[in-house]
Amino acid sequence: MSSHSLFGPLDPAVDAGWEQAPGRKGFLTDTSVCIGCKACEVACKEWNAIPSDLGDGITGESYDNTSALGANTWRHVAFVEQSTPPAPAAPPAVDLGMPTLRAPDADAKPEFRWLMSSDVCKHCTHAACLDVCPTGSLFRTEFGTVVVQDDICNGCGYCVPACPYGVIERRAEAPGDKTKNAGIAQKCTLCYDRISDGDLPACAKACPTESIMFGDVDELRERGQQRVAELQEQGVTGARMYGDDPHDGVGGTGAMFLLLDEPEVYGMPPDPVVTTRDLPRMWKRAGLAAAGLAAGAALSLLGGS
Amino acid sequence: MVPEAEFTSYYGRPVVKESPWQADIPAYLFTGGLAGASSLLAAGAGATGRSTLARNSRVGALAAIGASTFFLIHDLGKPSRFLNMMRVFRPTSPMSMGTWLLAAYGPLTGLAAAHEIVGALPVGTRKVLPSVFTRALQATGRPAGWGAALVGPAVATYTAVLIGDTATPTWHDASGQLPFVFAGSAATAAGGLGMLTTPVPQSGPARRMAVGGVIAEQLAQAWMTRSMGLSVQTLHEDRAGTLLRLATVLSTAGGIGVVLAGAVSRKPRGATGAQLLSAVSGTALMAASACTRFGIFHAGQASARDPRYTVVPQRERVDAGHPVRSDRTPPGGG
Ligand code: SF4
Ligand code: SF4
Repeated sequence: MSSHSLFGPLDPAVDAGWEQAPGRKGFLTDTSVCIGCKACEVACKEWNAIPSDLGDGITGESYDNTSALGANTWRHVAFVEQSTPPAPAAPPAVDLGMPTLRAPDADAKPEFRWLMSSDVCKHCTHAACLDVCPTGSLFRTEFGTVVVQDDICNGCGYCVPACPYGVIERRAEAPGDKTKNAGIAQKCTLCYDRISDGDLPACAKACPTESIMFGDVDELRERGQQRVAELQEQGVTGARMYGDDPHDGVGGTGAMFLLLDEPEVYGMPPDPVVTTRDLPRMWKRAGLAAAGLAAGAALSLLGGS
Repeated sequence: MVPEAEFTSYYGRPVVKESPWQADIPAYLFTGGLAGASSLLAAGAGATGRSTLARNSRVGALAAIGASTFFLIHDLGKPSRFLNMMRVFRPTSPMSMGTWLLAAYGPLTGLAAAHEIVGALPVGTRKVLPSVFTRALQATGRPAGWGAALVGPAVATYTAVLIGDTATPTWHDASGQLPFVFAGSAATAAGGLGMLTTPVPQSGPARRMAVGGVIAEQLAQAWMTRSMGLSVQTLHEDRAGTLLRLATVLSTAGGIGVVLAGAVSRKPRGATGAQLLSAVSGTALMAASACTRFGIFHAGQASARDPRYTVVPQRERVDAGHPVRSDRTPPGGG
């Protein structure tokens, strides 16, 4: 434990006591080249043997029927249809051969754009899910990632409301069949098994446009920042990094994103904070309140009957 | 009514997830408070020679903490793995700390209550018990009661940290004052139980504790609602709003009942009436405490389901140029 154990910049694997940490690994998801093919969702489901989850069925929300990250969706591709984009232009640089709804005239304002983004657990530097876990099921790996141990978790569900990004979820028992890990918290492991063998996470391997990149967090951060600068130069003023700042509310994330609009457009919080930053104050208040209760009880003894 | 803030979301879907907790957890918040404060009341009553109030409060504390433990285990996704909570000691996890508190508090309460129960048995029945057992209880019952009274206040207030230490907007926004609300609510409940179970001539401390609890809770709630920000709305709406309004009605009625019971008991031949009033208002006060816990629970759940309560305050911080950063002090200090 260091003075930044609850808040501020930190090397999470070292803080967790790993002596020979191989360097922090993470994702950079560059949404400017995402084509919404959902290969990542499928590859993740297949590799991790995640049960099917139709959620709300056909939602009518663009091409998105998985709707959110959850126990059975560890990669989630968001589809946003914008008819009056706040940013003046969609990314022009990469021609992916997608059918275009835009006039060929490059100067004309697009009337419609599609934002697609593959969301995932952020593997926070200060992971609230891990902080609050009372069994030690959630742990910090040598790669600085955050992983649930299925055989330890008792399904208390505390991690679920603790996560500021709404990622982790307790898996429900599907009626009538034996669901794997039912009642247990589930989320992305950053393919702990695969990366331990030097392989790429399943989603990164399946992504045909390299929208999902895996690697050293420091290197990915730099790559992302460079790409933002490039995009900005090309006039994509909405381009920005998300999660790359070690001074942000969660101490930066292991899974970073290059977004083309505000985070909340994609369903992400604009300024997330790890709840345990405030825990020392909460304990102090609870101590004061307990003392007050005891004092009140003593006072109540004064007087008759 | 605060004007609706404009904000963007992904098809109106939640940003944070609501807890998977069902009625077990608010019930746990209630019984934990009832138990913790009852142990305090029992110790005080015992020390001042109010033996019936002491006995009833000790037995009540045991029943309440028994129920608490049941709710806690019942709520788990894998109840068979309950004991996995005993494999770590983690100060950053209020649930871990709570488990250890219960592990200390439960046996102390059990001993104290067993001592009372055995003491209340007819002498003939008591003789049937092995004498080692009765002698062991004789030796440990009293110190255990003091131990329970020492840990009890923590049992009653740590639950505020339990729900406050989440990204659930209402709970987190309320976390600075919630321990005081819960302390007051615990006193209300324990006082109510004492009034319900104990003859008026002995239950003076229970009445005073209940009234003190009601006042403390109302003051703390007023402080809380003023400092919460946007999510305060969830305390007024839907199920939470109904429950919290009901809690206010019940605790006000209960409070008036307490005063009346005291007054009636001083009248000649007022004993029966006073006892009835005491029991009814005691029940109302316990119900008020339960309503407060369920109300705050549901307000939190609602705040997690609506992305407004997560996005709007964060967006406002960012737009004002004050995002949360570890290398800058926020405006207005810590
Ligand atoms: S995003 Fe949520 S689930 Fe993932 S590490 Fe951070 S707190 Fe845990
Ligand atoms: S549900 Fe499992 S992983 Fe989540 S906090 Fe509880 S024990 Fe830990």
